[in-house]
Amino acid sequence: MSSPLTETAPERGANPAGPLPESDRKPLTKKELAADHPTWCPGCGDFSVLALYFKLIEKRKLWHEKIATVAGIGCSSRFPYFVQAHGVHFIHGRALPFATGISLSRPDLHVFVFGGDGDGFSIGGNHVNHTARKNVKMTYVIMDNFVYGLTKKQTSPTSPIGFKSKTDTWGAVDRPINPMKQLISAGATFVARATHTNPNHLLQIMEAAMDHDGFSVIECLSECVEFYEGAFDAANPRKGGVFNPVPADHDITDEAAAYKLADAPFPGHFGIFYQAKRPTKNALEAGINAKALERVNGAKPWQILQQSFDKMK
Amino acid sequence: MSDLSTVSSAPGGAPKVARISEVVIRIAGNSQDGIQAIGGFLARLAGRSEQEVMTFMTIPSTISGGPSIFQVRVGTGEVLSSGDEADLLVAFYQHSYEDHINSLRKGGLVLYDSDHVEPKPEWQTDYRHLSVPISSLTVEAIGGTAKDKGKNIFTLGLLAKMFALEVPKLERLIAERFGGKDQSVLNNALTAFHAGYNYSLEGVIETFCFAESRKRAAKQVVMNGNEALAYGLIAAGVRFGAGYPITPWSDIMETLRRELPKFGGTFVQCEDEIASIATAIGASYAGRVAVTGSSGPGISLKSEALGWAVMAEIPLVIVDIQRGGPSTGMPTSVEQSDLNLAVYGSHGDSPRVVMAPANVGDAFTTAIEAVNIARKFNVPVIILSDQAIATRIEAFAEPELEKVCQDISPDFTPVPTHKPYDLNAPDSVAHHVPPGTRILDGKYPVATGLEHDEYGHPTGSPRLHLAMTAKRRRKLQALAATLPTPPIYGPPEGNVLLVGWGSSQGPMKEAVDRARAAGDSISCLTIRHIHPLPNGLENLFAGFNHVFVVELNDSGIYGYGQLAGILRARFVDPKIRGINKTDGLTFKVKEILAQIQERLAETTAQN
Repeated sequence: MSSPLTETAPERGANPAGPLPESDRKPLTKKELAADHPTWCPGCGDFSVLALYFKLIEKRKLWHEKIATVAGIGCSSRFPYFVQAHGVHFIHGRALPFATGISLSRPDLHVFVFGGDGDGFSIGGNHVNHTARKNVKMTYVIMDNFVYGLTKKQTSPTSPIGFKSKTDTWGAVDRPINPMKQLISAGATFVARATHTNPNHLLQIMEAAMDHDGFSVIECLSECVEFYEGAFDAANPRKGGVFNPVPADHDITDEAAAYKLADAPFPGHFGIFYQAKRPTKNALEAGINAKALERVNGAKPWQILQQSFDKMK
Repeated sequence: MSDLSTVSSAPGGAPKVARISEVVIRIAGNSQDGIQAIGGFLARLAGRSEQEVMTFMTIPSTISGGPSIFQVRVGTGEVLSSGDEADLLVAFYQHSYEDHINSLRKGGLVLYDSDHVEPKPEWQTDYRHLSVPISSLTVEAIGGTAKDKGKNIFTLGLLAKMFALEVPKLERLIAERFGGKDQSVLNNALTAFHAGYNYSLEGVIETFCFAESRKRAAKQVVMNGNEALAYGLIAAGVRFGAGYPITPWSDIMETLRRELPKFGGTFVQCEDEIASIATAIGASYAGRVAVTGSSGPGISLKSEALGWAVMAEIPLVIVDIQRGGPSTGMPTSVEQSDLNLAVYGSHGDSPRVVMAPANVGDAFTTAIEAVNIARKFNVPVIILSDQAIATRIEAFAEPELEKVCQDISPDFTPVPTHKPYDLNAPDSVAHHVPPGTRILDGKYPVATGLEHDEYGHPTGSPRLHLAMTAKRRRKLQALAATLPTPPIYGPPEGNVLLVGWGSSQGPMKEAVDRARAAGDSISCLTIRHIHPLPNGLENLFAGFNHVFVVELNDSGIYGYGQLAGILRARFVDPKIRGINKTDGLTFKVKEILAQIQERLAETTAQN
């Protein structure tokens, strides 16, 4: 048998002069953060989420290299191309497990996942459940437009009953998912609802989500002007609707109360529905490792392996 | 095969001692009898005694109960397969006796538990029978509460006496195995062992002792193929993995889950197969090659994400422990029928690397090589092992761990500029720059499954799709140029060349040894690099009249199996034909020899 290739991967280009120390770096500007011009239709709600993501990065002084922006497939999942930072455009529905791989192996990064209702509640539904259950540290923004936009108007898992689409020309018949209830019962430790027409509120929620130590999810209503125009007018005061914040007396640590709040008919409430302190998967795994590392007592990898091999003789 | 029948017993006197070079022992019982444990002890003992050893086991696919066997071949020469026929059959039950008597060679010895087995008079002439009331003697030795427990260790004691095995070493192995438990468990085990060892075989049979084994330069380690693969990945520097349970892959994930924290790493059990590969690719993307794995059904599920890793050019190691297919198939049987899935599975043109370890020791080596190829070429690498390699225990020369263990920590040194899909990169390989790396010109890459430009931004350009498709393929062509041409076992020219891969290697080499001893002109070679193939195979094939590809898969619509199909497509040579079977068991040497004769007869008939 041939011996394994032992050479390591070649070194990258020469070490440049070196970056400025963190303290001397200015917050990134929108210009430095904008990459490709978004391919979304004029008037799409997703523009507002992107603009607020830039604002969040600027306000919280995050650096290009410390952000991972991950998405699956869908109109909203084009997001990473429009952000000048390390980005991933993965396959349909699987952005969360991908982001889990980043989050668990790289505690130094801010992991943001963007996607739509199809990605999150249909093809990737089970990944939402398990990422929530495991409480993997990351922020997930579901840009919910109640319709499949990229494929041009099919019924989505959040389309209301009666919505006329190309796959339900007579009107949707299947009961839509209630995102808040779904996320709360799955065990997400930060569950909030926002809408693209209230940017100040959305930014506030995004900041709170980023600061949450655990799996934080925002369902952000984001109108598809092409295939479901006016879907969210009822939540937009400028269109004659009402923006109902989560009541001031709502206890965000009360799971049952949060569940009840999610029962309100459309347009429902906006704000943080539920937040809980629960150890993250990241912390639990780090705990397992700390114990294991204590036992090996500073031995080198080959020595630890040698101990295992010595038992197999 | 050694002969256990030539030495007749000495009535009433001390047992005679016969010198043997090797023995094949098959132990047949039920899965809860701990017969795997006896096999494990014998294998470990042989490894410590510098003997060659190879085992073969079947595990029933039911959760508990059901027939189970363990076959161990221990010898002082080179042991290449688990042996076609057993010299000794240990039968715990009537069904063990009746189902496995055929695996015993004529004149072989059957040692049966007379508490459960009624020997058949018509078999007494062909096979020597040795009756021992194993169950009742075990109960007598360690007390009735133990019920069926301990029979295995009692039997180990019997075998230790028969084969003059080293008692202190076996006691040490028993202590290692049971030492962690309640003291009474260890005491019971040792009591059962000694009861078996002291059972009077005198006047019943001779004992055997192994001929002096040649001194080995290196120390041996004894483990199964899945363990070797898992430890190989750790030695290679892998510190992250993700998986979902499926037989026979699961014990790799169990080993990694248990071991990785000691190295500061993590193995994640995911909600499904797709999440597992997605999580592993995410970790790879984050900077350090990660691993996922499965068996056939799970590999099918992972195919879409595998294509993404090809497109996005992210390194990854995917382990496939093949079992009988299609669909749920035969979960605990061996087959080599995932080769086409490994090479081509996924949509579109998605070139990836496929390697197949040929034995247990090679599983360790292959894991390291796979990690390094993945890193060097930014490509997913599939390690195509199989159930037979996964579950059999072998002794192999202990790797020099201090030398082979590598550090593959990611490098976050800032770079002035970065094109993740640079079309002008040498060998078409640009290096992955993980998140956390500052890129000083402020242009950051997107890892993407859409066809893209050199920065990872989407494009519908026909010119770019053409160039990028070629780029992804050229990396494999560059790799092929670095792969060594496999050595031929036997003379480089002759009548027949056998070509094998994976667990076919052992019986194939043994078939060559036997056929050459009988005067045939035959050689063989093992292909470890399935995709891309190493260069220069055509020159090797040119030295032979016939090339027969030995693989455990169907001979197909056109008369040859999966690797043979690839070799025929590659070399357009009709002299490449197949030696195949699909009974879920490893090749027996005699089956290969018989099929060679059939193929040669077909040729004669045609001429």
